[in-house]
Amino acid sequence: MSALIEIRDLVREYVIGDQTIRALDGVNLTVERGEFVAIMGPSGSGKSTAMNMIGCLDLPTSGQYVIDGFHVASLSEDQLADVRNRKIGFVFQNFNLLPKTTALENVELPMMYAGVPARERRQRAMEALERVGLANRMHNRPNELSGGQQQRVSIARALVNNPVLILADEPTGALDSHTTEEILTLFEELHAQGNTIVLVTHEDEVGERAKRIIRFRDGKVESDTKYPQLEGVPPHVD
Amino acid sequence: MWIEILRVSWRSIRANKMRSFLTMLGIIIGVMAVVLSSAIGMGAKDNITSQVEGLGSNVLTVMPGATSSGGISQGFGSASTLTTADVTAIQQQDPDVKYVSPVVSHTAQVVYGANNTNTAIEGTNEQYPEIKNVTMAQGRYFLQEEVNSAANVAVLGSQVEQTLFAGERVNPVGQTIEIQGIPFTVIGVAASQGTSGFTNQDDAIAIPITTEVNLMTGSDTVSQILASATSSQVMNQAQLEIESTLRVAHQLTPGTADDFTIQNQATLLSTLSGVTRVLTLLLDGISAISLLVGGIGIMNIMLVSVTERTREIGIRKAIGARKSSISTQFLLESLTLSLAGALIGLIFSGAGAMVAARVMKTGSLLSVSAIVLSVVFSIAIGIVFGVYPARKAANLKPIDALRFE
Ligand SMILES: Nc1ncnc2c1ncn2[C@@H]1O[C@H](COP(=O)(O)OP(=O)(O)O)[C@@H](O)[C@H]1O
Ligand SMILES: [Mg+2]
Repeated sequence: MSALIEIRDLVREYVIGDQTIRALDGVNLTVERGEFVAIMGPSGSGKSTAMNMIGCLDLPTSGQYVIDGFHVASLSEDQLADVRNRKIGFVFQNFNLLPKTTALENVELPMMYAGVPARERRQRAMEALERVGLANRMHNRPNELSGGQQQRVSIARALVNNPVLILADEPTGALDSHTTEEILTLFEELHAQGNTIVLVTHEDEVGERAKRIIRFRDGKVESDTKYPQLEGVPPHVD
Repeated sequence: MWIEILRVSWRSIRANKMRSFLTMLGIIIGVMAVVLSSAIGMGAKDNITSQVEGLGSNVLTVMPGATSSGGISQGFGSASTLTTADVTAIQQQDPDVKYVSPVVSHTAQVVYGANNTNTAIEGTNEQYPEIKNVTMAQGRYFLQEEVNSAANVAVLGSQVEQTLFAGERVNPVGQTIEIQGIPFTVIGVAASQGTSGFTNQDDAIAIPITTEVNLMTGSDTVSQILASATSSQVMNQAQLEIESTLRVAHQLTPGTADDFTIQNQATLLSTLSGVTRVLTLLLDGISAISLLVGGIGIMNIMLVSVTERTREIGIRKAIGARKSSISTQFLLESLTLSLAGALIGLIFSGAGAMVAARVMKTGSLLSVSAIVLSVVFSIAIGIVFGVYPARKAANLKPIDALRFE
């Protein structure tokens, strides 16, 4: 089976006025199924830009990106929406939950766009919330939940459609150290259950929890280190 | 999924109740304008038709004075060129004229016992009720002999009868009233005719033309000649006959203009209904514009809503909403706004049309076509003015929408 993510010579340029910023400058990167990867690097090094490419939220200026066998460049807008819906679960730094909408309904949303029948949707959303330890907060709205709880809701939302990949851009950036610890434990559990996770962080203690650390600098991959000594990840060389 | 999207749209409308209501107000007012203007137009048309028909069937009215360009007599009663001799001439010479009657009227004091009133005295002949469709509530109209003998007999309008005989428990027929101090025998009371030709026919007393001439100065000029054609097909024929008869009687040389004006009920009706048609068209135009303005209001609010909810759109797209889901959501929202506005507008205008029907004394003025038209138009507006904001929302790039502050 081919790799889950294959990225070749990926370039993303932003044009602002007459200035061109190369946020990604020829990135090569492969992620296998079941990996827990942390992307690290200084601010402005292109981590978020890379995550947006991987998550099909944005398209590269040039280069190749294949996810789960799909060549992203050849997909239409609606096909990209379907890839985001079925294959990817997002966790954002600022949670990005719909306000005025309960935790349960927020978690149901990806299934609504996947066309899951209402009854099954409710059932699966409740299970997902139980999995992240929020069984007793299902009918609360985001503004009635703490940051950590909101992030759990968004993790539940990310995994409810059984995606092949969970993407998290600084998921603990807005949380205190205690809550950070809880969320990281949750990610480790998800990884242990077989989920592929790619996580962006600039905090070393967060990166340490991953089995592989990719360091970015100036839009390029600076280093790519695996920790085969830790359990769970099969030794793999590209 | 549709039901879910509908629910999302509904929720966002409810979340901004005041704004949604103000947005709908444009449509509410627009729909009311359409329905009510059509109601008023219909009422006006009904009124004019029934008033003109109240003038009598196949009626030609001859008035003294030349015709102005508008088709209406200029010097209304100024130069009294018509005489009772003209009436006789028309009666004898014009085959397509069935009935003809002079009309001379003036206002006088009328007394019965302790009651008195100031009312119109109309001198006519025995053919007048045939022309004007006068029916009798009690008694009879005067006969040809009574006209010939200038008898002092009177036929009361229903309103005059009520005024003069208020509180009197007597049959008015056979009673004696005084007109300008001269005793008249009441021989009949006309049934109520309502207003017709813009005068109140119930507030008048009819007496023989000869008696009226005596009451006045004794001159035989008349203020009007009423004639009815033998059928509605020969109206124009009859009009031409009367014209030539009068030209001969008035000794007008060829080339000189008529010194009288003949008004044809059919032309009057078509002129008036032409006027109402133009007015209705004007009202319809104005109300269509107000609906359009309502639609622009919806578009404005939808654009604001798209901007306000850019982040929400970004989130929905990030978790897999297709373009069509997003555009459907916003389209349904504008459609719901316009439809709800239309329904509220219909409820209000239904009440308004009932009031208008009461005021204008006509039957129901709610036209199905106006209702259907305004609802269809509102739906169209909801779609047309919703499409652009909906497309704008659907076309947002997911990452741009997510980043939007
Ligand atoms: N939408 C954008 N428009 C213009 N420049 C951008 C945009 N997003 C990112 N950049 C630029 O691209 C570079 C990489 O940004 P980013 O990927 O957000 O870095 P990181 O997440 O590693 O801090 C930065 O120089 C940033 O200013
Ligand atoms: Mg970043």
